[in-house]
Amino acid sequence: MLRFIVKRVLATIPVMAFVALFVFSLLYIAPGDPAAVIAGDQASPQDIERIRLSLGLDRPFLVRFLEWAGQILQGNLGTSMFTGLPVTELIQQRIEPTLSLMIVTLTFAILMAVPIGVLAAWKAGSALDRLFMAFTVLGFSLPVFVAGYILAYIFALQLDWLPSQGYTPLAQGLWPWFENLILPAIALGFVYIALIARTTRAAMLEVLSQDYVRTARAKGMGESDILFLHALKNAAVPIVTVIGIGVALLIGGAVVTESVFAIPGLGRLTIDAILRRDYPLIQGIVLMFSMVYVLVNLAVDLIYMFVDPRIRY
Amino acid sequence: MTDVTAAGPHVAAAMNLPDILPPVRHRRGVTGFILRRPTIALGLGLLLTMTFIAFAAPFLGTVDPTALAPAKRLRAPSDVYWFGTDAFGRDIYSRVMFGARVSLAVGFSVALLASAAGLFIGLLSGYVRALDGLIMRIMDGMMSIPPILLAVALMALTRASVQNVILAIALGEVPRVARLVRSVVLTIREQPYVDAARASGSTIGSIILRHILPNTLAPLTVQATYICGSAIIVESILSFIGAGTPPITPSWGNIMADGRTLWQVKPYIIFFPAMFLSLTVLAVNLLGDGLRDALDPRLAKKL
Repeated sequence: MLRFIVKRVLATIPVMAFVALFVFSLLYIAPGDPAAVIAGDQASPQDIERIRLSLGLDRPFLVRFLEWAGQILQGNLGTSMFTGLPVTELIQQRIEPTLSLMIVTLTFAILMAVPIGVLAAWKAGSALDRLFMAFTVLGFSLPVFVAGYILAYIFALQLDWLPSQGYTPLAQGLWPWFENLILPAIALGFVYIALIARTTRAAMLEVLSQDYVRTARAKGMGESDILFLHALKNAAVPIVTVIGIGVALLIGGAVVTESVFAIPGLGRLTIDAILRRDYPLIQGIVLMFSMVYVLVNLAVDLIYMFVDPRIRY
Repeated sequence: MTDVTAAGPHVAAAMNLPDILPPVRHRRGVTGFILRRPTIALGLGLLLTMTFIAFAAPFLGTVDPTALAPAKRLRAPSDVYWFGTDAFGRDIYSRVMFGARVSLAVGFSVALLASAAGLFIGLLSGYVRALDGLIMRIMDGMMSIPPILLAVALMALTRASVQNVILAIALGEVPRVARLVRSVVLTIREQPYVDAARASGSTIGSIILRHILPNTLAPLTVQATYICGSAIIVESILSFIGAGTPPITPSWGNIMADGRTLWQVKPYIIFFPAMFLSLTVLAVNLLGDGLRDALDPRLAKKL
């Protein structure tokens, strides 16, 4: 078992290296001279040249990449061009709201989507099934910010049940924290629920046609035991896979959701970084999110081995 | 059948059948194919309407969508300004109609571009085994960057323009298409009829053209439809967060970005582009689902 885990963990290294190289190249080919940006409008060519030399911008690509990669391995993502603060510090300041939003959404989506998918597969072809599947088409078609505005308009502006803006840190209490995340999590969760529910339904349909399910029915096992003990367990691999892949949707969607609900998280930081063309910060954020995504999918692959002991790498 | 049994044992009743039942006209061809599938009909109908709006935007009672009129700003929807005006006095109805152009152009172009590039890379990877490992590792690496972030990073580098948006979104979709095509190639190339073709002297080129390509077409069409839908969403997201088409261009994402700060007092600025955006993506997704069911009956039962 340990050997397989080590092997799988090692396999992520080339992927991470590629991501790092890609992100670095993006900024290497970035238009505009970072030295000129830092020096400001009134700087003389000599000032710009001095800054360029002090930043080491005159050295070749490979040297700069290796040095940059070495810095990253030490946990240093560089310095923001606009604020002058370390990128890691800026990310740390903003990570709590984003992480909270993603975890709440993930939990909510799984709790909603898996039962929907199981029920739809169990009653395949029925009106309920068709209703659920129509809902998933809507989920795929409703852009996250549209869903966000509709929810905020109804539940915050018209009914005044929940706050429409802002974020309260978890340190200030569980309910104030959660209250602010309900609407954003539902908005962000729509497409994710649709994705997981569809996959669950497809995987369950496959399993429910197997002989051992018929045997379970024949020996008089209850329907809920069949569905949730036998079938769901055997359908788990594709479901867990799509939950992992869907984290990409969650990351991209979080940026927009935060903007709709005025949550001061990484999304806001990303947008500010784009508007100010703060390349080191953009680099750091893209790199961090990609690493998170790679690690989530690594975790998913490791979960496989526990869900399905037949799987070995 | 039921008529015969209802008529009892008298065989004579069967002779009247042609009079009772009018002849069924089977619709064939493209029209019949579409009419027998309500999701395709609905999706295609909606999509054609949007395409019509995009092409005919200047003739649909619109005014210049970029014309500023500070004196007439923030008017609520009325019979003069059907969808109201925004904070700069621009007519939202005109902006939404012209916005269809950007969304559809981005959706179709990204679908075409990503499919073509993915098809080429997938064929190469599936056929040239020496390159397969390298190509697939690069594709894995690209897929490990969430597509929206990839597009955001690319857009931050370049000038905001519709062409750049298309390229930035397409790049993230290429690895997914390449993987799909590669998997088809790997299955088909082991089929006995491909062996037979090779044995009877077919060149690699003609095997790819006659056997491999036709087999990739169905899954590729379905995939391209979904890419089109997601590209329209990603474009609106990019524009919404200020990393998409130039702010002056009337695109649905830009209109919503303009209405963002005012949405609690003037929700209509966001409502109309949001509605058109959602309907368009819904149309594309319905079309995709319908095509998938029609082109791959095995998958239709599963999903």
